[in-house]
Formats: sequence, C-alpha cells, structure tokens
Amino acid sequence: MYPFTYSRATDVADAVRDKAGHGASAYLGGGTNLIDLMKYNVEQPAHLVNVAKLPLDKIEDLPDGGLRLGATATNADTAWNEQVKARYPMLNQAILAGASPQLRNAATNAGNLMQRTRCYYFYDIETPCNKREPGSGCSAIGGYNRIHAILGASEACIATHPSDMCVALAALAPTVRVSGPNGERSIAFEDFHRLPGDQPQYDNILAEGELITSLDLPEKGFAKNFTYLKLRDRHSYAFALVSVAVGLELEGNTITDARLALGGVAHKPWRDKSAEQLLKGQPATAETFGRVAAHVVANAVGQGSNDFKIELARRAIVRALQQATEGRQRATDAFLNSNP
Amino acid sequence: MSQTDHIGKGPNRVDGPLKVSGTAHYAGEFNVPNLAYGYVVNSPIAKGKVVQVHADEVLALPGVLAVYSHENVPHLAWFDRSYKDLLAPGGSPFRPLHSPDITFNQQPVALVMAETFELARYAAALLRVDYEQEKHETNLETKRTEGYLPGGGKLGYAPPPPPRGNPEKAWKNADQKIEAEYTHGAQHHNPMELFTSTVEWLGKDKITVYDKTQGVFNVQRYLTGVFGLSKDNCRVVSQFMGGGFGSGLRPQYSVFMATLAALELKRSVRVTLTRQQMFSIGHRPNTLQFVKLATNPDGSLASLQHHALHETSLFEDYTENVVNWSGMQYQCDNVKLGYQLAQLDVYSPQDMRAPGAATGNPGIEIAMDEMAYAAGLDPLEFRFRNYAERDQNVDKPFSSKKLRECYREGAAKFGWDKRPLEPRSMREGHLLTGWGMAGGVWDAMQMPSRASARITADGRLLVLSGAGENGAGTYTIMTQIAAETLGLPLEAVTFELGDTDQPQAPLQGGSWTAASVGTAVKNACDALGEKLLKLAQKQKDSPLKDADYDEVEFVNGQLRLRRDPDRAVVLRDLLQASGVTQVEAESTALPNMLKQNGYSLHSHNAVFAEVQVDEDLGTVRVTRVVNAVAAGRILNRKTARSQVLGGVVWGLSMALMEETIMDHKFGRYVNHNYAEYHIPVNADMPHIDVLFVHEDDDIVNPLGVKGIGEVGMLGVTAAIANAIFHATGKRVRDLPIMLDKLL
Repeated sequence: MYPFTYSRATDVADAVRDKAGHGASAYLGGGTNLIDLMKYNVEQPAHLVNVAKLPLDKIEDLPDGGLRLGATATNADTAWNEQVKARYPMLNQAILAGASPQLRNAATNAGNLMQRTRCYYFYDIETPCNKREPGSGCSAIGGYNRIHAILGASEACIATHPSDMCVALAALAPTVRVSGPNGERSIAFEDFHRLPGDQPQYDNILAEGELITSLDLPEKGFAKNFTYLKLRDRHSYAFALVSVAVGLELEGNTITDARLALGGVAHKPWRDKSAEQLLKGQPATAETFGRVAAHVVANAVGQGSNDFKIELARRAIVRALQQATEGRQRATDAFLNSNP
Repeated sequence: MSQTDHIGKGPNRVDGPLKVSGTAHYAGEFNVPNLAYGYVVNSPIAKGKVVQVHADEVLALPGVLAVYSHENVPHLAWFDRSYKDLLAPGGSPFRPLHSPDITFNQQPVALVMAETFELARYAAALLRVDYEQEKHETNLETKRTEGYLPGGGKLGYAPPPPPRGNPEKAWKNADQKIEAEYTHGAQHHNPMELFTSTVEWLGKDKITVYDKTQGVFNVQRYLTGVFGLSKDNCRVVSQFMGGGFGSGLRPQYSVFMATLAALELKRSVRVTLTRQQMFSIGHRPNTLQFVKLATNPDGSLASLQHHALHETSLFEDYTENVVNWSGMQYQCDNVKLGYQLAQLDVYSPQDMRAPGAATGNPGIEIAMDEMAYAAGLDPLEFRFRNYAERDQNVDKPFSSKKLRECYREGAAKFGWDKRPLEPRSMREGHLLTGWGMAGGVWDAMQMPSRASARITADGRLLVLSGAGENGAGTYTIMTQIAAETLGLPLEAVTFELGDTDQPQAPLQGGSWTAASVGTAVKNACDALGEKLLKLAQKQKDSPLKDADYDEVEFVNGQLRLRRDPDRAVVLRDLLQASGVTQVEAESTALPNMLKQNGYSLHSHNAVFAEVQVDEDLGTVRVTRVVNAVAAGRILNRKTARSQVLGGVVWGLSMALMEETIMDHKFGRYVNHNYAEYHIPVNADMPHIDVLFVHEDDDIVNPLGVKGIGEVGMLGVTAAIANAIFHATGKRVRDLPIMLDKLL
C-alpha cells in the first residue's frame, strides 16, 4: 500500500473541488473494494476524498413515481428499505445475494457500481493485465478463467463486472445522476458501464472527477413477476458464475413486458434488449423461454475454464423466466428457501 | 459419581472467557516496546535467480531500517541438519534468503524492516528486484511417468506395506471389477490467523519468540540450530492460535525472518504474513490416485490396488500416508499399494488435517462405492462383507475397533435402510436427492511428553506442559484430567501450555495430544498425589497410615481410602497442617511399547450424507450428515463434538469447493485470497449429527483415548461424492465437485 493523503468532503461541490485539486485521487465510499485494491497495490491513489458521509444517503420518492436511491445509502439500508422491498423486490433480492452482511452494511450504492472486476490477474500485480496496466497483455486469456466473460469480451480483456445489485439495476433501468467539474448530468444505467474493447482500463463512462449522487429508479418495478437467480460456487459470500435478473408483466399467460439481465458473464451487467423483444407478446411457456435463452447465448464465446457458463447461462435464463412467471422468487438460488 | 469426576462430561472451554474478552494473546498481540516491523517480498517467478536487490533505493526512505536478502544475510548455520525441524522430510530444508536461486513462485527473497508496519509494506512495494527467469514445471500431469518412491520419510511416515497375494491376477480373473482414477488439486490450510512472529529482544542475543506455532519446542530447535542460540537464550511462546490445521507444525519463514532481524537490529521485531503470503507456505499436495478393485461372486474383495502420485518440491521429499489405510480398511488377500512423489517447482507440501488419509480416503471410498454398484450391492452391506477384523498390513489385531457399531448406529440414525439402491430414484421436481456413505480410519498415536503439577497451600493446582493449542480444546481436557486425578473442582485447576520454559511436549498434531499430553498430565498429577499421600502419612494418627497409593483415591477435595472412604483427609487441611507452601511433581509419559506392540492402534468412523442436486443447474446442497465415531474414550463430549463438526466442514469443503488453482504459465497460484479460495460458509452447512460409539481400550494408553482431530474429517468427502452419484447417476472423480462437473 502506498501512502496517501485523506480528506472528508462536506458537500458534493466540496468533494468535486477537492478531488480536482489533487492528481491521482479517488473518491472513497464504503471502502470495501478500494481499500482492498490499495492493499494489493492495484490502486495507488495519492489522495482519497471520503464521500461516504455526504448527505446523499436518503431513499425518497420522486415526482414521476420513481424512487431515488442516494449514492451513499448503504447496500443494506437500500435492500431493507420498505419502498424497495415493496416496489423493487428484485433489487432487494439481488443486493442480498451479494457479499456478506458486514460488507453490505459498509458498501454504498454508488460504490457498488464502481466496484472492479474480481479477475485473479487484475488482483495480482505480478501478472500482466490490460485493465490494470494497459498494453501489458491479458493473462486470463489462455489462463484460468472460470469466472470470466462469455459475452462482449475483447482480445484485450475478458473480465466480468462482479456486482449482483447492478444486474437487477440493469433490468430496472434507473438513471445514474452524477456531478462533476463540468456540472451535473444523467446517464442511463445501460450506458454507464462499458465493454472492454481496446481500453479495458475504463470500467464505465464517468469523466475524470465525476461523482455519482443518486440512482433514480423509474416507477415500473416488476414487483409481481420477477426473479434474481444467482449461481455460484458456495451459497453465500461468492461472486456469481452466472446470475439472471428477470422482470415480467403478464396478461393471462402472455408476456406484455419483459426485462432480462445477466451477471457474471460480461464486462458490464448484461441486459439483452433483443431478448426482451423476443419475449414480448409471446406465451410464457417453456418453449418460449428455451428459444429466448438460446438467443441470449447465441454469440457467447467460452475461454476454456468458463466454457460451461454458456450452457449454465442458457439453463439459468430458462429457470429464471419460469420462476418469474410463476411469481415465486426462490431467494438467491434454487435451494435457500427449501432448506429452512 | 462424585463432583470431581470430570472426564467424559462436556464442560465449556476453560479458555473461552479469555478468547471472547480479548484477553487471550496471540502471537501478533504481544506489544513489547520499541518494535520494528518487517514485510516480506516474494518472488513473482517460479524458477530462476535473483540478479540484484536494489536495496539502496528504499533504504533512503526515512524510517526504513534494513533490507535483508541473500546479498547481505549474515553467516548462518551451514549444515542441513541445523535447519531440520522435527517434521522435516527427507532432503534439504528450504533456507530463506540463503541463495539467489528461486525454486518456487512466491519464494521469499527479501525482508524490509522499518519503524512502522505501513512503512515496511510501502518500502517492500517499492523494492526493485531483478530476476533471471528459467523455465519451470508446476503441472503434475507432466510427471505421470516420473514418480519415484521416496527413500527417507518424516515422523509418522510409513512406506506402503509389501504386496500380498496376487492382486493383478485376481483382478484380471474377476468378473466384477472396476478401475478408476481420482484427483484433487492443492489445498492451503488457511487458518484465520495469519502467520506472525513477535521477537522480543532481551539483550545479548537473548530473545523471547511469540510465534504462531503448533510446537514451541520445534521452533526453538529450529531457531537454535539456524542462529546458533542457546536454548536458554531462545524462549518460544505460543499460548493461543487462530487455527493451525497442520500449517503450524513446521517453523514458517516468518519466524526465521523475525528472528534474523531481531538479532541483526538488536531490537524487538514483528513479522506478519499477508493472506496472499499464506499461499507461499505448505499445502496439501495435488494428487493423482489409481484404484483397481474386484470382487468374488459372494461380494468379498478379490483384489484391491491403490496407487497414489503427488507433488513435492525440488528440495524435499514431502511424504504422507495416502494408500496404507486402504490395506487395513478392508479384508482382502490380494493387495497392492503404491506411493510415489514427483518433483515440481513448488514449495514443499505440508501436513494438513488428516494428512494422507484425507487424500487417500476419498480415493478408496469412492472406489468402494463404485465397486458396490458394479457388484449390485448396497454400499453399506458391501462394507460389512469386507470388514477387516485384523490389520492385514502388519498382521496384527486391532487394540479395539468399533467400526461395525459406527456403521450400524450411523445407519440407524440416518435411516439408511430406506435407501433405494438405484441412482436417480429420489426426485422432487428438478431436485434429485441422493444418499451416500463412507468410512474412515486414522492412527491412535502417543508421543513422549512431560508435564508438571504443583499444588499450593490454598488448594489450587497448576499444571504445565509445553503443548500446543490450535483451538481443539487442549486447555479444557487437560484441566479435566488433572482435576479428576486429584479430586478437585475444575475451578481449582489451571493448565498452562505453549512455552519452552515448561516441560517438553510433542508437536500438536496427528490427533495425539490428548493421548500424549493427557497421559503426562495424569502421570504428573499421580506423582504429586503420591507425595501428598506421603505427606498425609507423616501426620500424627494419619487415617491413611499404611495405605499404598493404589489403595487411595482423590475425590471431592479429599484423599481417602478406596475401601473405606471414611478414612480420609481434606486436601486443603492437609496442606495447611503440614506447613508446606507447595508440593510439586514432574513426570514423563512414554507409550507403553510392550503393551502396544502386538496391536494395530486406530480410530474409525462412518459417515452418511444426504445431498440435493438441481438437475438442470448442477448446484449441490448437502442437507444432512451423520458422523459416527469410535475413538476410544471421549474426554470432553462438547469439544470432541466440535472437533467432529469441524471435520465435517472440512470434508464438505474438499468435496465441493476447496482447491488452490495453479496457473502453470506463471507457476503461480491464482486464487490466493479468502474471496476466491472457497471454503464453506454457514449457508453451506447441513444439519450434522455426531455420534460417539463407546469404545474401551486399555492398550492405546492408560486414559484409553485415541484422539479425535483428524478422524472426524474422514469419510465425509467420499460420502458426499457417493451421495451425488446416488442422486444424479454421475460419478465425479475429480474433486472438488463444482457445479460445472454436474451439468
């Protein structure tokens, strides 16, 4: 870990100003990822601006019927918020599927968007990694890549975004509000994270110095027919191999609206709008689900140790669509509810 | 039953309050004054040479005290034997900072010393080290035909017994047979507590070393050998550990580093490893196993062949007993057991909970399940038909063996009789349920040990033995033994351990602590008891005047005649009346070879597991485990049960998730942290029933105790793997069984 200076911002403008006044600096939220990365020397900011205590921790109704999630509200407070539980239960389930209670108590909503990949090689500064050190090469390609991407990867990087919360957010499509040296702007969630391309060092489209202030959820929450299905190597405190967020609206047995997003498969939370279109107007049947699932993974590419994810994702999508149709969320995997 | 009968009951841990109140001090918590801090730099290559260590650049930082590497390390012991700890296998032990040669990835190459931990860590990050890389080999698959039988061995290692009968011919001639290969990757112990050494400088090359170790005397032996210190000037203390699992059996490089720096800087030093560096020390070796079994028409085994090949380093022949168990577990007259090592550019493996057995057990026990199915037999019935009444490896009877009772009582608790033989026959929607079972066997060993006992006029007893305590419950059971021997309440007894100033005890491993140290504690208390009897007999009109020691007993604070309990003296009255301030005795306990030699000494268990597998998604949940254990006398039902619960966690971990992944391109482990190296969490754990089958054994040792630390892990991995087969019809032979193997 490298030495760094530290300050605590009093308001958003102060935070933005403070960060701009330092060279290699970073905003510090809950610190559950950034501090780890600093200990590994992966991140080496010379200055930290603590934004965790900014007055951005409210969860409040929006005039358009949506819900604003403050940037510094913790993941735990967000998951257990009454409005979130009632109107966006998919988000509640996705958050609770991630990390551990201790981490969720510390981690912030904005920080959840900002967390970096769990790629083994990104974490180990002794191995080449284009995301950590552009141009050094990708060790995961041809290496051990069980947790790596099958969709949207590039020759430069096959890392995945590790968040669960963001998969549900991708399905719910909020707006990300940010504030920076050039003022405020809003970013559609689907545009926030990016694919690696030839610049895998950038996880998202935030400009230098921009700070997330809130996530504004639209009114539609898919509270009746939804699922967040997470498949992983142990039943808690493990990142998703594949996860699926599904929200459906049904009239009788016909799907009138659908959202479908995957986690653990790409450099960003992977929302598939074409799959959503394929679902619309179709009967909610195994045949439909199988066809849509096949469509989602049609262009998937395995890297060796993650080849299984293609088939796993296909089956997980089918299961998630079934569960959402039946209106029975089974917590975070197929078993948790069946084993009291 | 008296109030001072303690053995066999389940009192709480006597050290529990210390632990939960933060007053139990671990190696990294001895905050002696004027500490300097060290941070270790490790090699990023697996093979080659250090060309240069650019120490000057970081020494310029204010507060950086020193950089030690092979370039400037002082002259240390020359001969290998000085570096050989009690558990060193054959070969030449690794010497940290000794030469520029790199023989494994993450090899420590430098130690940076500074005024603060943070500064040492920063300077270590800045330290430039130039390497010359050579081609390495870390893949065991490339060494399939290059295995060799190690010549030497280490404490507890026994080469496979010679073959008996004609196993290959019997296999060829049999109608029903199987042949399969079983594998598992490397595993690291990963105790919660990181390896830490605090070395207190006491002046003139005199130090006290607070270390994380399962054997203070072993560390003392190593440090005195390497650094030429006298024993009087090198006290080693380890009173508590945050888990060991075998990783603390051998001195780790952290204690070498800390001692080196303390002696050079002539001040107190602390060196703490990081979680990542916990993957640069010993591990359970990556192992390939080959099993051939065949049966006669009556279901008896016609042939049993078990061969294992595992990795070791270039410099040591690490050995463990992988296959020997198979030859004693079942009755079979045609047996061949093979064991080989292969050298790779890795660090030496190291004993890890149930070393060898934890590896070989899934091999033979999954194979036995496969053989049962090939023969059309229930797996439990198959084991009854091949029950070994005698240890054929050494052609001796067992001193006691209640495995049959383990099978029966475990099966009854589990409801095994309702099991349909056919796989895939218990289904609910997409969930397939399966039931599997397996058995295990472990050594009942006793090592020489000493202990002392001292009673003071206030009636308090202090018992000392320099044993280890990695959380197993040593403090508690020794307190129970001492209190019961001298008829005292637990509260009147203090047992202390983990200090080389105390009487010498063996390493805390092999499940032998209860038997070894327990016997020493009992002997010391008996020796003290004899002195107390003599003291009583000196009293005027002593009611015990003519009594021999074996005619008296200590009960409820009294020393009394067995045949006439009214003839008694109250212990405290006796001490006060005698005018002595204290009475003390010390004793040694040695295994009674004369008594033991004619027998094979082992503990046994039987495990039954239920799993549910999602047929579509491959996810596995273990829903029930019954573990029935026959391990002689159970000293403390509570801590013994906890040991077995922990064993089930370990077995489940090995079955479903635990593996250190090597990227052979770099020769480097890639999942070296707690987030990516998976061990079970609470959500993974099933309901566990632990049964102790009563077993009397006066041959193993006077206490009749066999030890419980390792046997509880055995059988669990195979029972789960076999249950997965029963659920799905898929036989997975490569552990751990992660969901992709079931898709």
